[in-house]
Amino acid sequence: MFLACAATINTILLDLKHTIGYRIISDWFREKNHEAFQFQEETWQHILRHESGLVNAPTGCGKTFSVFLGALIVFINNNSDSYKSKSKNNLQLLWISPLRALAKDIGRAMEEVIREVGMKWKIGIRNGDTELKEREKQNRQMPEVLIITPESLHLLMARKNYADTFRTLKIIAVDEWHELLGSKRGVQVELAVSRIVGINVADTHSISSLSIWGISATIGNLEEAKKVLLAPLRREGIIVRALINKNIQIESIIPDEIENYPWAGHLGLRLINKVIPIIQKSRTTLIFINTRGMSETWYQLLLKNAPDLAGALALHHGSIDMDLRIWVEEALHAGKLKAVVATASLDLGVDFRPVETVIQVGSPKGVARFLQRAGRSGHQPGEVSKIYFLPTHSLELVEAAALKTAMEMNFIESRQPMMLCFDVLVQYLSTLAISDGFYPETTLQEIRSTHCYGDITDHEWQKILHFICEGGSALQQYDEFRKVEVINGLFKINSRRVAMRHRLHIGTIVSDSMMKVRMMTGGYVGVIEEYFISKLQAGDVFTLAGRKLEFVMIKDMTALVRKSQAKKSIIPSWQGGRMPLSANLGIMLRRKLNSAFTPHKKEIELEVLKPLFELQQNLSHVPSENELLIEQIETPDGFHLFAYPFEGRLVHEAMAAVLAYRISRIIPITFSFAMNDYGFELLSDQPIPLDDTNAYDLLSPQNLSMDIQRSVNSAEMAKRKFRDIAVIGGLIFQGYPGEYKKQRHLQSSASLLFNVFSEYEPDNLLLRQAYHEVMEQQMEEARLRNMLERVRDGKIIITFPQKLTPFCFPLKVDSMRENFSSEQLEDRIHKMQNQLGR
Amino acid sequence: MQSPVPLTVQKQHLWLSAERSVFWEEESALIVSDLHFGKTGHFRKSGIAVPQAVFKEDIQRLVSQIQYYRPKHLIVVGDFFHSKANKELDLFRKWRTDFTEIEIHLIKGNHDILENDWYDTCAIKLIEETMDLRGFTFIHDISCSTKINERSASYFFSGHIHPGIRISGAGRQTLCFPCFYFGEAYAVLPAFSRFTGIAIIEPKEDEQVFAIVKNRLVKL
Repeated sequence: MFLACAATINTILLDLKHTIGYRIISDWFREKNHEAFQFQEETWQHILRHESGLVNAPTGCGKTFSVFLGALIVFINNNSDSYKSKSKNNLQLLWISPLRALAKDIGRAMEEVIREVGMKWKIGIRNGDTELKEREKQNRQMPEVLIITPESLHLLMARKNYADTFRTLKIIAVDEWHELLGSKRGVQVELAVSRIVGINVADTHSISSLSIWGISATIGNLEEAKKVLLAPLRREGIIVRALINKNIQIESIIPDEIENYPWAGHLGLRLINKVIPIIQKSRTTLIFINTRGMSETWYQLLLKNAPDLAGALALHHGSIDMDLRIWVEEALHAGKLKAVVATASLDLGVDFRPVETVIQVGSPKGVARFLQRAGRSGHQPGEVSKIYFLPTHSLELVEAAALKTAMEMNFIESRQPMMLCFDVLVQYLSTLAISDGFYPETTLQEIRSTHCYGDITDHEWQKILHFICEGGSALQQYDEFRKVEVINGLFKINSRRVAMRHRLHIGTIVSDSMMKVRMMTGGYVGVIEEYFISKLQAGDVFTLAGRKLEFVMIKDMTALVRKSQAKKSIIPSWQGGRMPLSANLGIMLRRKLNSAFTPHKKEIELEVLKPLFELQQNLSHVPSENELLIEQIETPDGFHLFAYPFEGRLVHEAMAAVLAYRISRIIPITFSFAMNDYGFELLSDQPIPLDDTNAYDLLSPQNLSMDIQRSVNSAEMAKRKFRDIAVIGGLIFQGYPGEYKKQRHLQSSASLLFNVFSEYEPDNLLLRQAYHEVMEQQMEEARLRNMLERVRDGKIIITFPQKLTPFCFPLKVDSMRENFSSEQLEDRIHKMQNQLGR
Repeated sequence: MQSPVPLTVQKQHLWLSAERSVFWEEESALIVSDLHFGKTGHFRKSGIAVPQAVFKEDIQRLVSQIQYYRPKHLIVVGDFFHSKANKELDLFRKWRTDFTEIEIHLIKGNHDILENDWYDTCAIKLIEETMDLRGFTFIHDISCSTKINERSASYFFSGHIHPGIRISGAGRQTLCFPCFYFGEAYAVLPAFSRFTGIAIIEPKEDEQVFAIVKNRLVKL
């Protein structure tokens, strides 16, 4: 079997190897003392045959060259006499990449090849950072390769005669497709691809000759990822896998003393002394922290405990000014830094070769993310990637054990592609309407060719058109709605003001209402949530980008600050979405609890947790894989119900709402909720009527969808989702520089719009989408249903512990957090721990 | 509909309605604030498709309030109109010709930026800053007032901020509602228009606040 496979690959390769392009590129490789990887050659071969597909390769092993060099080989083969001299060939390769920061590095690597092979190709970059002059230069003469973000690609399609740009295009490459898939930026890519294929088909009057190649790290649904990307081509496509296995070694940092009453947050910081030797031992260490706020704390604490790191320690997160972040990244490259404290902001992107060690602080929430972070170290193929796992509370050690097994099994999460995003469609149609306009029949055909909108009904399409042309429900003679106008069947935006506003708002990344932070003496530090700033008084000191800053005043939508020597400072909390535990990691966690009392020899994490599990078992129960544990405890705060499905906080939020709703149908009762990744809490001022006579009914999967919608929270959740949708769909304009005051009369908040639509136009498509997204993504209805089915087929264990258990303790602490400042909280928790320990 | 809630301020008899209006018995005046007429039209003209039904219902609500109380005066404490003139305001003008008897006084708000002629044709009496009437002073934005201090005998009526109140229930639940605020020296009226947000106020314990919960007024 294996032999046969190898043979077919060889015969295919033969074809490639006889071409001049291949010879030239291989010579170039040889001069660099490299050899092309097999997956690269395979990709070139497929590109030569005008195939399309997906390259599955981890970062740092030449995935860029798989597609890029393929494009070069094709060009050299087609111009074997003149490939060196031919210039101004117009666009040949469109390189879509989600990361602006990556563009320069990729461009540099490409330029180096071009130069050394002696060709005349130009590499262009087009994104939000590209200067107007450069963009205009490109407009006059498109470079052969254009590295672009999904947003800038849509902006390109907002230009008059944009179709001409794509007429010479041969290959579309989509980098980091696994990241884009499952987001609205991915939908933007789908739409743009469908349009370019549409242009291509119209030109050639036949099936498209374009090649489309996605480049993706390993995810659970690679086949689907390929299908989504190639949908407009209506081709099967090929997956090329780089069989480069990274050797990953996980080591947990075990606290000296295991707390039987764990609570999130503080334990990690106490382990700092175990971290410092690790940093000192390796060349460069990346320390991944889950939240921006905690990363600031860690940075401060590291400096305090290891003052010799000053100057060699840096901080990197999404709210730090772009220039500073770029500086950190470059210093990382150059090996100038000993350690960087980072959040997910460093997850993606080019590799930093000097990195030898990675430390993950707290749960990485998913297998894929953990793998990706682990892969940040030890880049040379064959080298071991070492990652330390540092728990922020003792129960998290179970996750380390779960991660190890999940990685051995290659149990990696899928990314679910988004479906029927009407907000992105409204934006896209407006984009087409400001450039050359569109004819609905052609456009509908193209849109239906995508995966996202494959199932759009005629009715939905008509409603969308109605929305952008007539603006939904109106008072006929008193209305002046003006956006898209229809002239001889062509849908077009003629108002220059509308067009300009639209151009400024193309994109699907909706930022929170952030305010820039600038030093009085000049220079930006970063951004911070308006909400946080609004609570500050002049003279208050807070920490951002690792610096202590004194708040002075707000001016022109910017918070002005000056340096501070104060000892104490407030750490801002950013409200950005916390990632929930993935389904895969949840499954592994439940499985690990099976062997809580009989751990495998190698599972030191479970071994050290034995006392905790024993306490849990004595007071209540340690659930096995097919059991759902429910604990009912009475405290001075009221009556608590704790449940532990291990399905991530978002599913728990939905679950809590549904259960509360169902219980409230039995008797009138009011609840408050709290949840974490392991379970949720219902708290009431009266006993909660759930026992073994009704538990299975209350947790039944029957009528789930209805009950979700009826449960109090869905409107609140939809309101939160609606904010992004309203911005993307063009209902809300985020202010832009200079124009701020003029636009004042056009400002409204998402929650206001949500209320207005709910009351006056409840069938509005964007409003419906908000509810849809809540069900699909937030509540993860499918996952919730699976869970309830699992509970139905398994066992519900209800216990009535006399005091708080190790499992419920973190939940209880989390729900106290809102009411107490951190110092008070710490005191109270210690008191509680002491009382419980007795 | 809940019947209006009586309230006595400085021996004057007021009737508060969940429709976001105050009727002043002694003067036969209906007092409202922040109607923002033309706001949906302004948005729609710029390509933002908010439903116009909000405006229609706002106007209808005003009409029904006028028909209910049959007041001689309508006192608008600012922000009658949202922005520049548009077709939606034509609907208002048409309505005005059907209700010529009622006298309209508008204390100019920051949104009232129409040409003076426009108010004239609608027979709206425009007041630049404050209007004093029988111990009451009307002003759009109370924070702009320099007259308000403890010695002032006058009780102030204002709008502008679109006041709202946060009610915390048992077990960490909170809900927000628009509200009437009656402090010691001044009152803040809720925005009449349903197409307005709210700014949460934090009243002192002895101050009177009436939350508008759906179609009911709830005294807190």
